[in-house]
Amino acid sequence: MKLRIRHVSTFAFDAPVKRLVQSHRLSPTDTASQRIMAWNVDTGPASIGAAFRDGAGDWTQTVSLRGPLETFTVTVEGEVETQDQSGVLRGHREHVPPSAYLTSTRRTALTAELRGLAAEASEGTAPGRSLDRAHALCRAVHDAVAYVPGSTEAATTASEALEGGRGVCQDHAQVLIALAHACEIPARYVAGYLMSTEDSVGAEASHAWAELHVDGLGWVGFDAANACCPDARYVRLCSGYDAADGAPIRGVIDGAAEESLDVSVAVLRDGQSQSQSQG
Amino acid sequence: MTQADPTYFNEMLNGSDVRAAYESLERWQAAMPADLRSLKQHEAEQLFRRVGITFAVYGEGGDPERLIPFDMFPRVFTAEEWRKLDRGIRQRAAALNAFLADVYDRGEILRAGRIPEHLVTHNEAFEKAVVGMRPSRNVWSHIVGIDLVRTGRDQFYVLEDNCRTPSGVSYMLQNREIMMRMFPQLFLENRIAPVDGYAAALKRTLVSVAPPKCDGTPNVVILTPGQFNSAYYEHSFLADLMGVELVEGQDLFVDGDFVWMKTTEGPQKVDVIYRRIDDAFLDPLCFRSDSMLGVPGLMNVYRSGGVSICSAPGAGVADDKAIYTFVPEMVRFYLGEAPVLENVPTWQCAKPDQCKYVIENLAELVVKEVHGSGGYGMLVGPKADKSQLEAFRAKIEARPENYIAQPTLALSTVPTFVDEGVAPRHVDLRPYCLVGEKIELVPGGLTRVALNEGSLVVNSSQGGGVKDTWVLAE
Repeated sequence: MKLRIRHVSTFAFDAPVKRLVQSHRLSPTDTASQRIMAWNVDTGPASIGAAFRDGAGDWTQTVSLRGPLETFTVTVEGEVETQDQSGVLRGHREHVPPSAYLTSTRRTALTAELRGLAAEASEGTAPGRSLDRAHALCRAVHDAVAYVPGSTEAATTASEALEGGRGVCQDHAQVLIALAHACEIPARYVAGYLMSTEDSVGAEASHAWAELHVDGLGWVGFDAANACCPDARYVRLCSGYDAADGAPIRGVIDGAAEESLDVSVAVLRDGQSQSQSQG
Repeated sequence: MTQADPTYFNEMLNGSDVRAAYESLERWQAAMPADLRSLKQHEAEQLFRRVGITFAVYGEGGDPERLIPFDMFPRVFTAEEWRKLDRGIRQRAAALNAFLADVYDRGEILRAGRIPEHLVTHNEAFEKAVVGMRPSRNVWSHIVGIDLVRTGRDQFYVLEDNCRTPSGVSYMLQNREIMMRMFPQLFLENRIAPVDGYAAALKRTLVSVAPPKCDGTPNVVILTPGQFNSAYYEHSFLADLMGVELVEGQDLFVDGDFVWMKTTEGPQKVDVIYRRIDDAFLDPLCFRSDSMLGVPGLMNVYRSGGVSICSAPGAGVADDKAIYTFVPEMVRFYLGEAPVLENVPTWQCAKPDQCKYVIENLAELVVKEVHGSGGYGMLVGPKADKSQLEAFRAKIEARPENYIAQPTLALSTVPTFVDEGVAPRHVDLRPYCLVGEKIELVPGGLTRVALNEGSLVVNSSQGGGVKDTWVLAE
């Protein structure tokens, strides 16, 4: 499937900012399920440097800009040819050992409730069959956390999302990571894009899901918000321990301003007409 | 005072005879009238206060204005004793660096099954962000502080390794400076190897690891968390000695491929950062996003070869207490040599059989937290009362993986000035090994002394002091 992506992030500051620095992982890499046909990240007058592929295989670059600034816009546009690999990540070059992704963070820290849900969900799946177990955990997260935009915040933890029973794709991903850790399965946060269809959720802004390391298969994507594995509608950008570590844009500003962010993402099938959703 | 307690090795004595290395010191102290002694002790204190060296050693916290007691009786190593230590320390520093280069690359030692993988990769100090990268000269820990204790004539043990930013070297330098000033005669009577080459050696080391993208004379800076840090004195002292800038995070910024320092003459490129702040605070775009101490974007510049950071982020995984057990194995695996320095036998409470032994023998053992430092959260079994033992037993049982245990070592003693004259007190030693283009080691280190009679805890927060450490020239 050929997908066209346009992702615009506009940062607005309520007072002029002296300097802005961001770390971007906004360029997807070629894998068996995605081939990048064209890609461009436009950061206007900012200076770009310090670019490299990190140990997890993600292309990283640094963007810096001197103020005074009142707004800053990052526009990502590209074309990707995708193929359904049933969520299995193949052909992705990386060096980080999977066992490093057993490490929990503040956002994915285990609690008795998370452990309890993991135990309940994996009941009846044999410990050796980690693929069955991963599917079971993914379903359990889908059932336990309803997709309700605006119900959680950027800093919401897995434990809080489970307790509230509501969240968005980032919460689903982090709860699933925590459950996987409870079962000693390495798991990580993945950010990317999803072409919206009538029955999918989470495509309004950049999407997120989890990857679990499954014996014999390697990394496999699980989108608990949609209770499925990524297919040809998905484009993978980058990964990390959690939503903060796996964010495609991490930035700080020099100045006492409040920052507001407006994100719009459009993922269209080639030939589909332009209709843009706002996040 | 020459009474020997056979339980502990007294470094001054051989049986009841004074060893040759200490003869002149023994004459010196015996000839010193009590009033001169207290005058000198007072003078030393004044000198320490004047230079402003009042911080806690080894980042132990506590009152930053408090003076660490300085004991005027030096500790002496013969040239022969030092030769062995020198070989062992360099060997260990080389092995620790080889280990770091390996675990962030192919992880051969893990694949070979010599160290359990999860102890390394599933460890707080393991930095995913630097996997696959190769720092300049593949050096990860540029200043290795190795804590040693002595239990006999030829018996030394490594207590722990410090691969991040070991502190205390300013004490090594100032202790010597002050002794030379107060007792110049001693330095004429004895041929003592100098330590004042340390600053030049440190600078050589830092310059030698300039990044690939540096094409001129490398610009070195020291990055400090600021004047409220307990070791701030040391940061500014070393910057002065090396003739480099002392900067805080807010003095640096990232633009394009490089890190720049704000100066009155405009931005100046920075090539090598000797950082004295922890990994977590280095860069809010890579680690803790709430850090105000670091430089946003620094890690990206580092990882793309635009700047060197010493020690390398992630180096802490080599000095974790759970990894310590395997350092002799690293020496064999990477260097193909027999380890010169021994580890203290260590029981891992994470292993049920070893934990059982620890619980059953708690009163004889020293128990430490795996991630702790500074002598806090530590149990010295033989010195603990019943309720302390019980409390610790409960702690270990609740979180066994958080504790290791070691036998209570009979730490050697060195004569020390006390109220009643001179008496033996227990000591340890931290030498500072430099790793860059070459491995360099200044002959000496920081000797810490437990000033309270019978105490085995040398930490300054718990009644420890410091001494000048002599290595006699060949």
